[in-house]
Amino acid sequence: MVKRENERIPVSQQPFVVDKPTDLTTIGGTVSVQINEKKITVPLGTTILEACQINQIHIPTLCHHPDLCIAGVCRVCVVEVEKMRTLQTACSFPITSPIKINTSTEMVRKARRHIIDLLLSEHYGECYSCFRNGNCELQNLAKEYGVDNYTFGHVETPRYEVDRSSAAVVRDMNKCVLCKRCVRTCIDLQEVGVLEAINRGHETHVGTFLDKPLADVVCINCGQCINRCPTSALRANDPSDEIWAAIDDPKKHVVIQTAPSPRAAIGEEFGKEPGKSFTGELNTALRRIGFDRVFDTNFTADLTIMEEGTELLTRLKKAIVDKDESVKLPQFTSCSPGWVKYIEHFYPEFLEYLSSAKSPQQMFGALIKTFYAQEAKIDPADIITVALMPCAAKKFECNRPEMFDSGFKDVDYGLTTREMAKMIREAGIYLPEMPKSHFDDPFGDASGAGLIFGATGGVMEAALRTAYELVTGREVPFKNLIIEPCRGFEGVKQASVKLENCVEQYKFLEGVDLKFVVAHGTANAKIVMEMLKKGELNDVHFVEIMACPGGCLGGGGQPIPTSAEIRAKRAEAIYEEEASLPIRKSHENPHVNYIYEKFLTEGPCGKLSHKLLHTHYIKRGKYIS
Amino acid sequence: MESIKTLNKKRSGPVLFSEYKQGEGVKKALEMGRENILFELKGSGLKGRGGAGFPTATKWMLSAASNSDKKFIVCNADEGEPGTFKDRVLLLEYPELVFEGMIIAGYTIGAKNGILYLRGEYEYMLKSLEDYLELLRKDNLLGINILGKKDFNFDINIRLGSGAYVCGEETALIESLEGYRGEPRNRPPYPVNTGYLGHPTVVNNVETLASVPHILIKGGDWFRKHGTDKSTGSKLFSVSGDCEKPGVYELSWGTSINELLELVEAKNTKAVQVGGASGTCLPKSQFHRVLGYEDVATGGSIMIFNESRNMLKVLKNFMKFFVEESCGQCTPCRIGNTKLLEAVEKIENDDFTFLYINNLKELGRTMQVASKCGLGQSSPNSFISILENFKDEIFGSKGKGRKNG
Repeated sequence: MVKRENERIPVSQQPFVVDKPTDLTTIGGTVSVQINEKKITVPLGTTILEACQINQIHIPTLCHHPDLCIAGVCRVCVVEVEKMRTLQTACSFPITSPIKINTSTEMVRKARRHIIDLLLSEHYGECYSCFRNGNCELQNLAKEYGVDNYTFGHVETPRYEVDRSSAAVVRDMNKCVLCKRCVRTCIDLQEVGVLEAINRGHETHVGTFLDKPLADVVCINCGQCINRCPTSALRANDPSDEIWAAIDDPKKHVVIQTAPSPRAAIGEEFGKEPGKSFTGELNTALRRIGFDRVFDTNFTADLTIMEEGTELLTRLKKAIVDKDESVKLPQFTSCSPGWVKYIEHFYPEFLEYLSSAKSPQQMFGALIKTFYAQEAKIDPADIITVALMPCAAKKFECNRPEMFDSGFKDVDYGLTTREMAKMIREAGIYLPEMPKSHFDDPFGDASGAGLIFGATGGVMEAALRTAYELVTGREVPFKNLIIEPCRGFEGVKQASVKLENCVEQYKFLEGVDLKFVVAHGTANAKIVMEMLKKGELNDVHFVEIMACPGGCLGGGGQPIPTSAEIRAKRAEAIYEEEASLPIRKSHENPHVNYIYEKFLTEGPCGKLSHKLLHTHYIKRGKYIS
Repeated sequence: MESIKTLNKKRSGPVLFSEYKQGEGVKKALEMGRENILFELKGSGLKGRGGAGFPTATKWMLSAASNSDKKFIVCNADEGEPGTFKDRVLLLEYPELVFEGMIIAGYTIGAKNGILYLRGEYEYMLKSLEDYLELLRKDNLLGINILGKKDFNFDINIRLGSGAYVCGEETALIESLEGYRGEPRNRPPYPVNTGYLGHPTVVNNVETLASVPHILIKGGDWFRKHGTDKSTGSKLFSVSGDCEKPGVYELSWGTSINELLELVEAKNTKAVQVGGASGTCLPKSQFHRVLGYEDVATGGSIMIFNESRNMLKVLKNFMKFFVEESCGQCTPCRIGNTKLLEAVEKIENDDFTFLYINNLKELGRTMQVASKCGLGQSSPNSFISILENFKDEIFGSKGKGRKNG
């Protein structure tokens, strides 16, 4: 049975889930039911939908999503349950007695067809002018039920204005089918709570507080709602036209950096099963598209480890040696822009706990327009930097007004995995068949530590590999450098490593139990922040938080659909690729050492580092006028 | 306001409007004990008076059997069905029956808290009801160790609705009580297992609860004597429309439409809408039918239309109501009702085919079985019944619908 990765559901929904017995051999632990002509036995409390899925009986769904609590609102999954007056929704009906279920009677088929017809009648626009064409659940339903005309008419004029105010997310409520997956994502999965149904009856629509533009509410741009939208009501703000224009402009030197998560997922956009990275193929494809240089974001991930790790050691020293009580510990990671905006809105009083290090994307932008421009002898004004990210929030991040440290806009465009796949298709390239190639110098191929940033716990694992070795002079005491406590999808993970026999410089850390916490998804971030508020994290030193469930590999810019299984497979792809790399520690990346020798000569957290690689945050708060 | 009061002043009836002394019901209940109360109630055959007609004893038994440290009794006083105004009379003139019904229910299932969910528009009665509760507390009918019964503690508070029709649906009502949007929940599980705040909850209509004290005092058999085999006891009817004597009447179940029309002095009656906007519309040829769960079930609303009324306009009014009052959650109800209203408008404008009308009737049948709650399941009733029972009036005379179909 599909295990829900996220069991967090609001109070009002909790009672709807019938607890399944842990011991199925007890009396009443299982129930025998008849589905169509087939007799099967299922654990008590299994929903009809789950029972059908196990037995290869297809039930159409729309509002149901494996990551979210049950809604039962679209009614597409209705089935007949004997002795019940009305049809029942398979997704919400828990089997608690021996019932007879029929999934394809005349009444069922007619009802489903009617429901699809009704949804289509209100669904503005045509499939061929829609970016979800070919990957739309409503379209699939229409195909499944052979819809060849609009039985109940079709809306001819849009009812709602498209909200393009946000740098990250575009909302087009004319395409909305009111499945409320976005609402459940925002309220239950992420616990941000920007979206909710407004008004009643035919006027019902999903909206923000007072129907304000998305840019003016506490949206953190995580884009998780996009990943779960069955239609194109939600999409990312697509900059590909501007990027094409830059590529086509001979005066512009267009460089792209690619993050590890898109590489581990982009194959899905080309019909491949999740779980395989296409890093080398992607490099070739990007060059063929016309990017002048292809860089690996992992390089700045390694750099992040150096900067953030140094910052942590400095904080520890101040706290332990100098007894400076103003030092804020634990230090929180700052590479997830969704998380950064979350803490700015919801916990602005704790901003000093955040590392001042920029995210790898922004570090890279600043370096490309300074160090790289200098090395390659190109006027930074002519450089366009594009970042291929698994993320919607990166679009917002690169547009933050403080991200101009190179003297130019450090990163010009954030591009999602989906948009990249579209550009590759437009260029007539079939990605999986590309020959492999390497990244360009002067940044070259990065370490495995940078690569695992894509999975939740990855930053922590990379940081520990470096920090432990710097402090003790030995490798982390884990087999093959795999720090197991950092891996896996548990919401909040907590562990520690003991520092013993430290080198001279770090003697003050002798015997310290280095404690760390890893959380992913802002709902879990909230738990961690509440722990911090209560003083329960006083003995913790370092906290990694990613805004998206699963970390970057489950980001808001990744291929649709998403589920716990898909995210687990992407993580496998990342860890597999990492295990095969020759260098797996950030501080051993020769290119990183080169840049500290040649450019950032004062070393990590030096003056130039602070100018280019560090940033500050804004106390936004929850109340925005 | 004054005219309503005088209209409603003719009170006499077999059960609810019969003699009753405050406190008698609770006293009797405490003497009888839980099991005997359930026994008596089962014997009476009392069914839910809100319209759905679920056996009250069964509902109480299910929640009494539920294992939980907290249980709740909710009195559904969100009287919102168009043409229904009987609960208002009970709350204003017989509050002792309603509250004592709640206390007895609380004692029977083991609940300590009762909530009266009062329709927002009934805010004007809030003060008098609160005063009455205070009175009951003074008489130890509410509070700790009620009437000396050790460990029987029960109190009632009143919560106001905000005007949504759908909040009369029990699970939407519970959502509303919890502070969420008034949207019906998935069932199962039912409120008797997982209701208010996840605890077993009995949601009963005002009239159902008000019947309980009488049943305990006079017995289930006495109650059964009124009404029919399948519909025992009496029912309050809110009669409105084209008649001389509109108002609230208590009549035994099994009364025919004809008898009722005679009683309220209706003349030239063309149609009777039984059960409010979500009910069915009967033509003259069916006035012999009887009111009861086995024939024409109703929550009590009777609307009378005489020959001068345009039935298409009547229908349009109902459909407009549903388009506005659907909670907007599920597809069949949210969009389906707008399609039905659209059809009524097309008929008005003589712009339709019979194929189209038949499609819409089919859609109505889908809504009846596929909507999430009673609202969407019953909203097509008037559409289907009016178009079928009054097709000559609506389609007949003008040669409509002959364009293509």
